[in-house]
Amino acid sequence: MIAVSGNLLLMAFISYVLSSIAFVLAVTGKRWSDRSPEQHTNRWGWIGFSIAVIGFLFQTGFIITRWIAGGHFPTSNMFEFMAFLAYSIILAFIVIFLVYRITVIGAFVMPVGIIMLAYASVFPREIQPLIPALQSYWLKIHVTTAALGEGAFAVGFAAGLMYLVRTVDQEKSTASTKWLEATLCMVLMLIGFIGTTTWFSSMGYQATFQVPVGTVTTEVVYTMPAIAGPQDATLVTEGVMKPWFETPSWMQGLNAARKLNTLIWSVLSGLVLYAIIRLIARRRLAQLIRPMVRDIEPETIDEISYRAIAIGFPIFTLGALIFAMIWAAEAWGRFWGWDPKEVWALITWLFYAAYLHLRLSKGWLGEKSAWLAVIGFIVVMITLVFVNLVIVGLHSYA
Amino acid sequence: MEDIKCQCGHANPVGTYICEACGNPIGEAVKDKDTVLDMRYEGAARRSQTYNKTIIDKIWNFFSSVKIAVYMIVIVLLASIIGTVFPQEMYIPVPKPANIYYSETYGTLGELYYLLGFHNMYTSWWYVSLLLMIGISLIVCSIDRIVPLYKALNKQRVRHNPNFLVRQKLTAQIEKPAQWNQTLDEIEEQLKKRRYSIKREGDALLAEKARFSRWGPYVNHVGLIVFLLGVLLRLVPGFYLDQYVWVRDGETKKVPDTHYYVKNDGFIIEYYADHEFPQDIGLGEGDKVVKTYKTHAVLYENLNHGLAGAEPKLEKVTEHEILVNHPLKYEDLQLFQAGQKPNALSALNMTLLNEKTGEEIGKFKIDLYNPLPEYPITADTKVQILEYFPDFEFTEDKKPITKSTNPDNPAFIVNTITPDNPGGEKSWIFLGSYLPAAGVDNLYGFKFSMPDLTNITGLMVRKDKSLPLIYFGCFVTMIGLIMGFYWQHRRIWIQTEGNIVYLAGHTNKNWFSLKNELKAVMDKVKVPVLLEEKGKGGKAS
Repeated sequence: MIAVSGNLLLMAFISYVLSSIAFVLAVTGKRWSDRSPEQHTNRWGWIGFSIAVIGFLFQTGFIITRWIAGGHFPTSNMFEFMAFLAYSIILAFIVIFLVYRITVIGAFVMPVGIIMLAYASVFPREIQPLIPALQSYWLKIHVTTAALGEGAFAVGFAAGLMYLVRTVDQEKSTASTKWLEATLCMVLMLIGFIGTTTWFSSMGYQATFQVPVGTVTTEVVYTMPAIAGPQDATLVTEGVMKPWFETPSWMQGLNAARKLNTLIWSVLSGLVLYAIIRLIARRRLAQLIRPMVRDIEPETIDEISYRAIAIGFPIFTLGALIFAMIWAAEAWGRFWGWDPKEVWALITWLFYAAYLHLRLSKGWLGEKSAWLAVIGFIVVMITLVFVNLVIVGLHSYA
Repeated sequence: MEDIKCQCGHANPVGTYICEACGNPIGEAVKDKDTVLDMRYEGAARRSQTYNKTIIDKIWNFFSSVKIAVYMIVIVLLASIIGTVFPQEMYIPVPKPANIYYSETYGTLGELYYLLGFHNMYTSWWYVSLLLMIGISLIVCSIDRIVPLYKALNKQRVRHNPNFLVRQKLTAQIEKPAQWNQTLDEIEEQLKKRRYSIKREGDALLAEKARFSRWGPYVNHVGLIVFLLGVLLRLVPGFYLDQYVWVRDGETKKVPDTHYYVKNDGFIIEYYADHEFPQDIGLGEGDKVVKTYKTHAVLYENLNHGLAGAEPKLEKVTEHEILVNHPLKYEDLQLFQAGQKPNALSALNMTLLNEKTGEEIGKFKIDLYNPLPEYPITADTKVQILEYFPDFEFTEDKKPITKSTNPDNPAFIVNTITPDNPGGEKSWIFLGSYLPAAGVDNLYGFKFSMPDLTNITGLMVRKDKSLPLIYFGCFVTMIGLIMGFYWQHRRIWIQTEGNIVYLAGHTNKNWFSLKNELKAVMDKVKVPVLLEEKGKGGKAS
């Protein structure tokens, strides 16, 4: 059963990739065949959409089989959660696509889903038994609703990004073009993170350090070549790269150095990817993908971004705050405890609340609104990833 | 203040920008003839725009501003972020005072963090004040807007000044087709099928649906206000209780700050067995994963509570297997599984020895929770307990103290009275070792056997009478959000002036669907129109 579920997930992943390719072909290959461009886009758009739905069904199968195999709903660690987030993004995409029937959305949203799923695979994939704190039906209710809301926010993000790529004037270099490049570069860094992690783990790379902690010595194992080594550590493994520098002392915790090292690898690989693309294309990344969104009305994509967030906001409120509070009251005896994860859920909520007020009452449409949609999802990612991995709290299970 | 007069003769209060009587744009709104009419609050004047004289007006206007509200939200947001940079004081992982912990662990930044009070961010006066101000803003903003909006929507007219229609975001003008009256009836039928409610005034038509969604934001704000009230209510004495109690296996203990007693009828920790793992997760030798923390608890009520000095008279009221996620609930008292000390010391098993010969004089047991003043060994031998330190530690100036009342590291000063030494000889007893008191040469010593162990469960004691109100607030908020975000208020106006038919549509959200809907209706009655979505990128309501 576990093997079946793993294969289903792999098939879902492949489907999402194929679907993205179909969507990209739909908007770029218009002039290849003798069909009219409109026909071409429609045809390939529906192909892309159908494959996405098939992938979604595969992933549904993955969730069900893993649920049966593990005996609990698969949202109990980082791997399972990020995979479910990818699932939510695909679901939100399916809904939005059915409402608006705009093909090019797929070319942007599907890759976001793929990146999430690939990111999930970086974490340990074993089914773990549930610790007492997680033994509650609220695990599936709270986590799934929160993820569904965040999936809708992801669509809002992708649409916001599309709006910016479509409208930001690329004729001259401005603050907008620079920030847009920075945002796209961040996406590349995430891809770089997934790529380097997968690459080194497939090679079985390991470098062991002996680190003094107080009076005792502990081992820290790096799975990527050490650029930033632990403080005062000695490298034990032979024949591997020596660290270039030591992690500064104000970074606390045994794993701080390893986390910093991974971060450096992600940033560097992202920058290298970006540099390669710019060298080959000889123009800005946004300029490069702009032709894909050329034919779309900015106002429509602006509305889609807003609609996705408007659909996601009540779901997020219910899942990430209200259900969270009810569960916290059941499990810990208080509905709110200012745990970092709780605070970041509140921050995300406040951010989107500010977005909605600015849009509805202050008339922030178009570019301003698109930027907020982009930043909003970055806040979501900080809440989901950064808080779990870097800030210690009650939610750092994985 | 002077009223604004519309060309139709109606006098509107200051702040109005769409005439209440004829719908003609007035005041500032007239200037730009080509822009889309701002339809927020139907162009009606709000209190905050009409009055700005007294201090109350000024305060009202401050809190009624959405801009101010957004600023407050953003400040709270930034402060919340700062609060997560370093752990809050309550989450410091080591038992160290805050003034030392932050500077020691995080250096200068940490010291600054502590000095600025960020280590208690969420209970700081200014953070709480900001939350309160957001609460006030929620109330004021809502009242300031809902009153004019309600009035305006309630007395909507069917016929408008054509200016009103052409300056809508979604608008079209067509030449009046033949048999228009008949077509208009068909349109009315089509709109009714789409659940619009229709008002007609001759050849003018107003179709409207889902007006209730306009109240969504106000309903959700009311929910948030109720929620905040619930939170404030916890400050009222008796509404909120937060205590903790450790109970040994078999022990009955008073639940702090209540007239209840709780008995621990057995606390167990279960671990997952090997066959319960769905797959190998790479656990090392001896690594275990906890499956259950469970306390079999019995709750008693003290019937003599309130009688000063009376012995407690306990009556069992309920019994429950407390698990994590499954607290014991009795009336508004809740006991949560929150901590555990498995295999904690409960009694020391000792043997008195003759130090020289090694002869065993006799055995005795010291109950660490209830040590007796003396333990008789034989007829003329006894061990007196002079001092007891349940959680022993030396202070910096080498004075023995106890850190807590829990016997985590017990130590005693005892006096051993024997026929050889009727005055007694003093010695220290520690966990597993003993020591003659300073300057004494002891004749007798002690041998330690396996101590008695017990399991101790940590129960969190909570009462939260405001919880129902807080949940009710959440519920109302959700209703409001769903009303406001999953429905849209849509209106379609059709009006004939001379030979021209004016079509216009307005919605507070989702123009895409409204446009499609209007287009579909017009196609159905075979009057194709080119709907213009005006002022794209401009302000919309």
